Amino acid sequence: MSMNNQGRPTRQSVDDAGGVQQTSTGNRALMLEEALIFEISDSTRTGVDLMDAPKVASRLGGLERKAAIGLPGLSEQETVRHYTRLSRQNYAIDLGLFPLGSCTMKHNPRLNEKMARLPGFADIHPLQPIHTVQGALAVIDELGEWLIKLTGMAGVAMSPKAGAHGELCGILAIRSALEARGDKRSVILVPESAHGTNPATAAFVGYQVEDIPANPDGRINLEALIARLGPDVAGVMITNPNTCGLFERDLKTISDAVHEAGGFVYCDGANFNAVVGKVRPGDLGVDAMHINLHKTFSTPHGGGGPGSGPVVFSEALAPFAPLPFVERMDDGRLALIEEESAEDHHASSFGRMVAFHGQMGMFTRALAYILSHGADGLKQVAEDAVLNANYILRSLEDVLDAPFAGAGPCMHEALFSDAGLADGFSTIDIAKGLIDEGFHPMTVYFPLVVHGAMLVEPTETESKAALDQFIGALRSVAERAKAGDASLHSAPHFAPRRRLDETLAARKPVLVWTEPAAEQAEAAE
Amino acid sequence: MRYLPLNSHDRQAMLATVGASTIDDLFIDIPEEARLTGPIHDLPMHAPEMMVERHMKKLAGQNLVAGEVPFFMGAGAYRHHVPASVDHLIQRGEFLTAYTPYQPEIAQGTLQMLFEFQTQVARLLGVDVANASMYDGSTACWEAIGMARRITKRATALLSSGLHPHYVGVAKTMARFTGDALVHSAPSLTAETDIDELIAQIDKNTSCVVVQYPDILGRVGDLTALAKATQAAGALLIAVVTEPVALGALRSPGEMGADIVVGEGQSLGVGLQFGGPYVGLFGCKQKYVRQMPGRLCGETVDAEGKRGYVLTLSTREQHIRREKATSNICTNSGLCALAFSIHMTLLGEKGLRSLAEINHAMAVTAADRLAKVPGVSVMNESFFNEFTLVLPKDARAIVRELADRQILGGVSLGRLYPDEDELSHGLIVAVTETATVEDIEAFAAALQEVLA
Repeated sequence: MSMNNQGRPTRQSVDDAGGVQQTSTGNRALMLEEALIFEISDSTRTGVDLMDAPKVASRLGGLERKAAIGLPGLSEQETVRHYTRLSRQNYAIDLGLFPLGSCTMKHNPRLNEKMARLPGFADIHPLQPIHTVQGALAVIDELGEWLIKLTGMAGVAMSPKAGAHGELCGILAIRSALEARGDKRSVILVPESAHGTNPATAAFVGYQVEDIPANPDGRINLEALIARLGPDVAGVMITNPNTCGLFERDLKTISDAVHEAGGFVYCDGANFNAVVGKVRPGDLGVDAMHINLHKTFSTPHGGGGPGSGPVVFSEALAPFAPLPFVERMDDGRLALIEEESAEDHHASSFGRMVAFHGQMGMFTRALAYILSHGADGLKQVAEDAVLNANYILRSLEDVLDAPFAGAGPCMHEALFSDAGLADGFSTIDIAKGLIDEGFHPMTVYFPLVVHGAMLVEPTETESKAALDQFIGALRSVAERAKAGDASLHSAPHFAPRRRLDETLAARKPVLVWTEPAAEQAEAAE
Repeated sequence: MRYLPLNSHDRQAMLATVGASTIDDLFIDIPEEARLTGPIHDLPMHAPEMMVERHMKKLAGQNLVAGEVPFFMGAGAYRHHVPASVDHLIQRGEFLTAYTPYQPEIAQGTLQMLFEFQTQVARLLGVDVANASMYDGSTACWEAIGMARRITKRATALLSSGLHPHYVGVAKTMARFTGDALVHSAPSLTAETDIDELIAQIDKNTSCVVVQYPDILGRVGDLTALAKATQAAGALLIAVVTEPVALGALRSPGEMGADIVVGEGQSLGVGLQFGGPYVGLFGCKQKYVRQMPGRLCGETVDAEGKRGYVLTLSTREQHIRREKATSNICTNSGLCALAFSIHMTLLGEKGLRSLAEINHAMAVTAADRLAKVPGVSVMNESFFNEFTLVLPKDARAIVRELADRQILGGVSLGRLYPDEDELSHGLIVAVTETATVEDIEAFAAALQEVLA
């Protein structure tokens, strides 16, 4: 075993620790159980002190609430303790390497948090008169300029709220452009290896989705794609680098063929971290691409959002971008182009996607990150991200099957399969075994084109020492899975919970808490 | 570069392991003619933390900060006092820097929080179940219309004239591409809501009626009859709440019979932030749960029988169902949901009811005072913390002039309805617990001056 154990205590199961297996509280020293707020509070407690309301006659139109809401309340101390205890049951980048493929879990610099909380950004209303928010519009404008230059595109839409929302924005622009020339096309082509959001987005807007097969080397089958192009194809959605962690070498050829056939090229930019500063998608013929600020530009994932998904556009699609957007006027002031000003100015915009202007709180963070790195630093980001992934690929290909490793380097993520594990062992055993080793697992069973896929994205913010530790841990777990170590089937053993019954959760969904008494009465009925 | 731990020695050693002589060997799949050799020019190079901070502060300083002036803006985004512990807790790295809880054994913190959030939201909205959040209120509203189409197999949605015009805008954008028909008109400056008109418009093609409560002009109307009429026609009632604090004082839409209730949760815990990120609330009756969009967290047990939580019913979702999913949503608004939930926990039943009472009382106080300004009338008979003034002049220009006097005095209807001349004298004024009696006095005095 080559695992580097320096500075890391060897973990032992509780059973071996001296006989004590249960405690009266269910707690295990620093691992603290925490009940639901509904179970530890009552409706009379509160963690706020409010002033007295002036006495007035109600004007609620006779709709005064009479029934109790049923909200639990806690004092401030209890609240802080409840959420602090919950937080300790989470894995996070702040704790260690978080190699979820296609998710780009990189370090979230705290400067960005500080900047987003400046009152001049955090405490301004989205409908304030334009002359009172020039600095906010400048952030949007400056970040937009960076995104345009980094991608070599012509325009940008800043309002989409997340990656999938950005995809929607791009597909709506494509459909608008086609409609503007009276062209009714009904099909969007999506490679098999695409993120699930791609086909879901295209279908959401009413397109038929057709799969494009992959080559044995993990890239799009160019011949199959070109053969399928025709007057019914509105466009293709391509992830580049793709979800196998490979650069689509033929993208320019594909773009030319798609354009030739009258369609557009949408690029899923979820994996832009691999190539930022190394290649501009605009130079490869891309017409629209979303950028996940919460991936490439380090805004925190927050346990599942908020994200932010600005979309860059080619000349052909830029006029169809959604409202509102920021524009610099001749006198240097910034204007916000909304419905009214759009009528004569931006008539082909496909309209509004969100109530206000997008994820301002993410823009400030992303801009602070981009300014910190600069053009030189962002190029280094891509280089280190790719180097780290290749280092993992080459350090583990002797013990784990790496289906595309023979074809050359990977980009920012290394893909392995479950081939070669002992009978009855699969990717899930590796993932849960890694949890016991103190790591978050990689993305598992995705992309679908590889059996038992394990997609490892270390990102550039991991040191060589951290990578070596991770490699050692994964090697050890893989060796156990190859040797048929049955204890892996019941892993994790040391997490706050053992394997959870997902089938039970789906069969009889319990989505809200109900009082035990009410539950019993219901059961008696 | 402070965020990059590799040094040149590491890089050399790693390149050797990889079997590459230079870093560019790893980028050979990028066609040479497109591969960039140096940093993209015309862009600045890296900068120290202090320089970045200086630049960002300069930009922040060019904005008029809401908390530094008398402030009366609402129309879908509200300024409330957020207790200090909320922001402290959401900045714990274990919440801030975690991903969507795909590995539930090491994400119980996020999952239990989401389960608590879902319960709080369902209770507040008065519905059986709620999801783990949407992007914001406007996108939640559109998703609800799509959900009603899937349930009723009909595609005509009646949108109340009192629905936030940006929410209408989002629905219009989407409907153009999905084939839904939307029936909608601009509101009138009257004290009555349009509930009776909506009831009259329902027919056998109606998939849903979408009504905001309180509505964009601040009016509050009983939804009971509308719910009955909608459901009698086989359609769904969708209620939209842009100010959740209102439900501390008002009967909930669910209690009045709404099938789906969506909302903007920004008021609690999140802050103004120039419009985002916010947090969409989405709840419905139990029988529709399998048609809901977005992530859902559910209770289960682990292999030792201990209670735990997982993401569930994911067969509705894009990563499983791909083009057959109920929605394309993936990332939602988890950290804002956490902020919402913490703020709700701090308030509790008692705190939320008191907070709502204060909001209403301050709004009534402000309405009475502003009605005394010559030429100004209060349109509403009913309202919670937001009402509409009718001014003797174009309100848009008045708002700008007030801002020049360091008063953020509401949202003009001209900004929201640029095409509706008859609304141009309308001004929506929101009054929360953050406004003082002195602020109200300053606003009234300034309004009188600029109208003179």
